Amino acid sequence: MTEKEMIRTNNLNKCFGELHVLKDINITVYESDVVCLIGASGSGKSTLLRCLNYLERKNSGSIVLEGKEVDFKKDSVNEVRQKVGMVFQHFNLFPHMTVLENVIEAPIHVKKIPKAQAVKEAKELLGKVGLDDKMDVYPSKLSGGQKQRVAIARALAMKPDIMLFDEPTSALDPELVGEVLSTMKELAEEGMTMIVVTHEMGFAREVADWIVYMDEGRIIEKANPDDFFTNPKEERTKEFLKTTALK
Amino acid sequence: MDLPSFGHVFQTLLDSRNLFFDAMMLTLQLTVVSIIFGIVIGLFFALLKISNIKILGYISDAYVYLIRGTPLIVQIFILYFGISGIFLIPDFWAAALALAFHNGAYIAEIFRGTIQAVDQGQMEAGRSLGMTKSLAMRRIILPQAFRRSLPPLGNQFIIGLKDSSLAAFISMNELFNVATTLGSNNFDEMTYLIIVAIYYLLLVALLTWVVNSIEKKLAVSDR
Repeated sequence: MTEKEMIRTNNLNKCFGELHVLKDINITVYESDVVCLIGASGSGKSTLLRCLNYLERKNSGSIVLEGKEVDFKKDSVNEVRQKVGMVFQHFNLFPHMTVLENVIEAPIHVKKIPKAQAVKEAKELLGKVGLDDKMDVYPSKLSGGQKQRVAIARALAMKPDIMLFDEPTSALDPELVGEVLSTMKELAEEGMTMIVVTHEMGFAREVADWIVYMDEGRIIEKANPDDFFTNPKEERTKEFLKTTALK
Repeated sequence: MDLPSFGHVFQTLLDSRNLFFDAMMLTLQLTVVSIIFGIVIGLFFALLKISNIKILGYISDAYVYLIRGTPLIVQIFILYFGISGIFLIPDFWAAALALAFHNGAYIAEIFRGTIQAVDQGQMEAGRSLGMTKSLAMRRIILPQAFRRSLPPLGNQFIIGLKDSSLAAFISMNELFNVATTLGSNNFDEMTYLIIVAIYYLLLVALLTWVVNSIEKKLAVSDR
């Protein structure tokens, strides 16, 4: 099978001062893969995701995006970021813009596509996440689940090759989690390459192609969901699964 | 000194309206020009302060310290007598620029505070969509910061309006100067002081209304 390599890290390290957050991370994600990063808080999974989008700068190691190593000095980070969409835990919608304006902002001002085309595409995307009726309202009027679906549409509007999700449902009321997860599931079924930091074990089990378990800045285990949940190999993974099963 | 009667003040107010009208326009011009330049100067130094380049931050600190650390009247005199010695600067511009640089220091602090108060996630969201730092600042951060700046800016505008009375000391015929001149010419200081107070109250009411309307217009995203 010749799968296209989308993103790969080689011995990625990240420190915050004295704190060594990521330790020699090696991970490869292929096209259309859905990878769920799980682990206790403080295990480095969010930091890893933020490094992939250069919101945090790595200390050493390399990141290879679609077969090309990203060099900070030569490559414009802004162009790299256009290929990598990001969805945040706290949505980070632009509160001074309507839903539609949120979605068309980057296509118009970064990609410089004509406004009419941007609006047309944004409407399609908002229809896809089920929010075409909310186009002209401001984010403050939306529920958490609606906000997160707008945020997904906003990231998709840049037509990224990879989508990163940083705990997309952690800030939501329990009854709103489902609508966001089903939007993400649809996206996965369409073949989007996705890396998802999540605590939703049910989603991870159902949608992920790979589960990556992290602890104390290291990747402890990488497996497909069935093996991971029913037959974990590492002692620490077993411990972790026991604690999450209790919740 | 007895307080003048209401009827006398009212009659004088009517009689002197032509004399005060030009003065009021001058006060208004001084205020508007100093506010506009003050906003530009304030934004410039606020951006210096929040830049990652330390030396620019120090320059901004020094500016704010110098301006806030000295009385406005001293700044006006320095600009008027000092700069005029080097090259001729019209009275109006000496006063307007002194007021602008004075207001600018306070406005810089207002903008710095409100820019830093915008959630970090807003910049990250902009950057994650491929925006450059300056584009995200312009399109995402500054509009939000500006909106939060309006109440303290309105306050600063009112202070600026009243501070423009100090231009009287470099013989600008603005409201306060006209009032004191007319008062001493007519041996009726108190009447003209009350009249000029009424003019300032009117202008402050106008300014407050303008700021409130802008605030309301920008608050549309909260509804």
